[in-house]
Amino acid sequence: MNDLRRLNPKIVAVALTIALIIVVINALSTGAYTISFTELLKVLFQGPATNSGTDSVSHAIFWNVRLPRVILAIVVGASLAVAGVVMQGVFRNPLAEPATVGVSGGAAVGAVIAITLGLSRITLGVQVFAFIGGTLATAVVYGLSRVDGKTDIVTLILTGIAINALSGALIGLAVFIADDDQIRTVTFWSLGSLGLATWRAVAMVLPLAIVGIALSTKFSRTLDLMALGDRSAEHVGVPVERVRLQTIAIVGLLASSAVAATGIIAFVGLIVPHILRLVLGPKHRDLLWSSALLGAIVTLLADLAARTLLSPAELPLGVLTALIGAPFFLWLLRKMRSSESTWT
Amino acid sequence: MTSTTSPVIKCENISVIRGSATILQQVSLHANRGELVAILGPNGAGKSTLLGVLAGDLEPDSGSVHFGNRQISQLDNRELARTRAVLPQRVNISFPYSVEEVVEMGRGPKLGADDQNLVESAMLRLDVSAMRNRLYRSLSIGEQARVSMARILAQDTQLLLLDEPTAVLDIGQQEKLMRIVRSLVDEGRTVIAVFHDLNVAMSFADRVILLQNGKQVASGAPRETLTASTLSSIYEHRIDVIKVNDDTGPIVIPSPRSRD
Repeated sequence: MNDLRRLNPKIVAVALTIALIIVVINALSTGAYTISFTELLKVLFQGPATNSGTDSVSHAIFWNVRLPRVILAIVVGASLAVAGVVMQGVFRNPLAEPATVGVSGGAAVGAVIAITLGLSRITLGVQVFAFIGGTLATAVVYGLSRVDGKTDIVTLILTGIAINALSGALIGLAVFIADDDQIRTVTFWSLGSLGLATWRAVAMVLPLAIVGIALSTKFSRTLDLMALGDRSAEHVGVPVERVRLQTIAIVGLLASSAVAATGIIAFVGLIVPHILRLVLGPKHRDLLWSSALLGAIVTLLADLAARTLLSPAELPLGVLTALIGAPFFLWLLRKMRSSESTWT
Repeated sequence: MTSTTSPVIKCENISVIRGSATILQQVSLHANRGELVAILGPNGAGKSTLLGVLAGDLEPDSGSVHFGNRQISQLDNRELARTRAVLPQRVNISFPYSVEEVVEMGRGPKLGADDQNLVESAMLRLDVSAMRNRLYRSLSIGEQARVSMARILAQDTQLLLLDEPTAVLDIGQQEKLMRIVRSLVDEGRTVIAVFHDLNVAMSFADRVILLQNGKQVASGAPRETLTASTLSSIYEHRIDVIKVNDDTGPIVIPSPRSRD
């Protein structure tokens, strides 16, 4: 008898890479101003340098608007999906996700506090505050949701609700205090958008994402062993307490830096790992890399939809992912309740 | 590896106190190579606590635990994992891992070259090779128990600590599992197991220790130790020990007559 209907990870990796390339090309050419494929290649090989006179509109849009936005979408999507995988592994629960448990909310609060304090002029000021807020929220959620060494899922979700409510309130308070300019940025943080993508944002998030994702792959085997539960994981040689702290720091790093660049984009970290677990099985070695790829694809597609569906108006990306993600979350919740063993 | 002269594991005067309650009081125990020691006693006697102390999960309030010549506190997680494997009463595994993947978890954080052989032979021994591609969560409780046993066998340690390994098994599965455990012991491994079923201990253990209210009340070879009078007093019910024939050990049954 064989319960395993899993696909070969190598085939999935190739398929996802091809899909990513196709989506990237589409995202680069589609928008308020269409750039044809041949023109894409032309401006790509022209390089970013501006030669006065010969520059086309396509060149400017490609290098200054589309490309940083696409790269940021890839980086943020990969970060959020990997953060989701790691968090689900360490919490031993597929419902854990940076946004639903309040990490993204915490990071957004950190960012908003930094903005209202006028720290956005300082290099990395917003990012550092987002990181502190996100990591703090992760630690609180984790500390509160554990009962007798196990993560209690009901408490986990409830803690997430409380933290999200608190961050909503704090962001509201910041809006109350803030001047008009700041309000615009604050709103951006709570709704989530790639609309402010710049090379500067890419430069800030990319190194953190690379470090976070690379570090998380070091834990792929350990995260598998965590599925045994704390006690049994310890019995086979996992230093559970240390692993927990390290992986939570990684989640904080990935989710917070993503939120610092784009605001709260919910549910990517929930949907992507879930789909891939169905396709590949739960082993983290495969799950981490494939989630990075699919996270990038999903975020790119969502952003493409956000800026083309109601063009020329642009939907906030976070709103769009929540519109798709929340029903999915409810469906998952229902599915899990019907099979009791999946709760822990 | 432990030398043949000193016990594989030895604990002396273990006491565990929780608040005002004494869970274990001055309990001592040792086990040698090729020995199966059963920990017995009524509910709440402290059996699982004692196993937890031996596993290194709990630090006793007084007393010492030694693996060979080394004190347990000197060993880190990884060294402990190479020294002893622990079978808990029930393992819930999150996420849909396959049987083979679960058994492989016994190999711990760092997978090496000979790991696959140990995984294969553990699966073969527990007769779970045929279900290697099934999901652990889709198995019956009895099958899960066998897979978990294969997992701790794959850990390849001298010492195995088993917490009620037969509790969820039917009589046939129980017999099968205990024969495997016994054959491991006969090959030189050391097993310390908590049992509820006195007959399992009677048939398979080399030595038993009986706990009552955290105190060690008797220990020794099962046939000498598990007597009607000792058991009746510990379990607070009249218990008979009946000899069936010369081939099988005596069987323990609660008496149909009430205690005098």
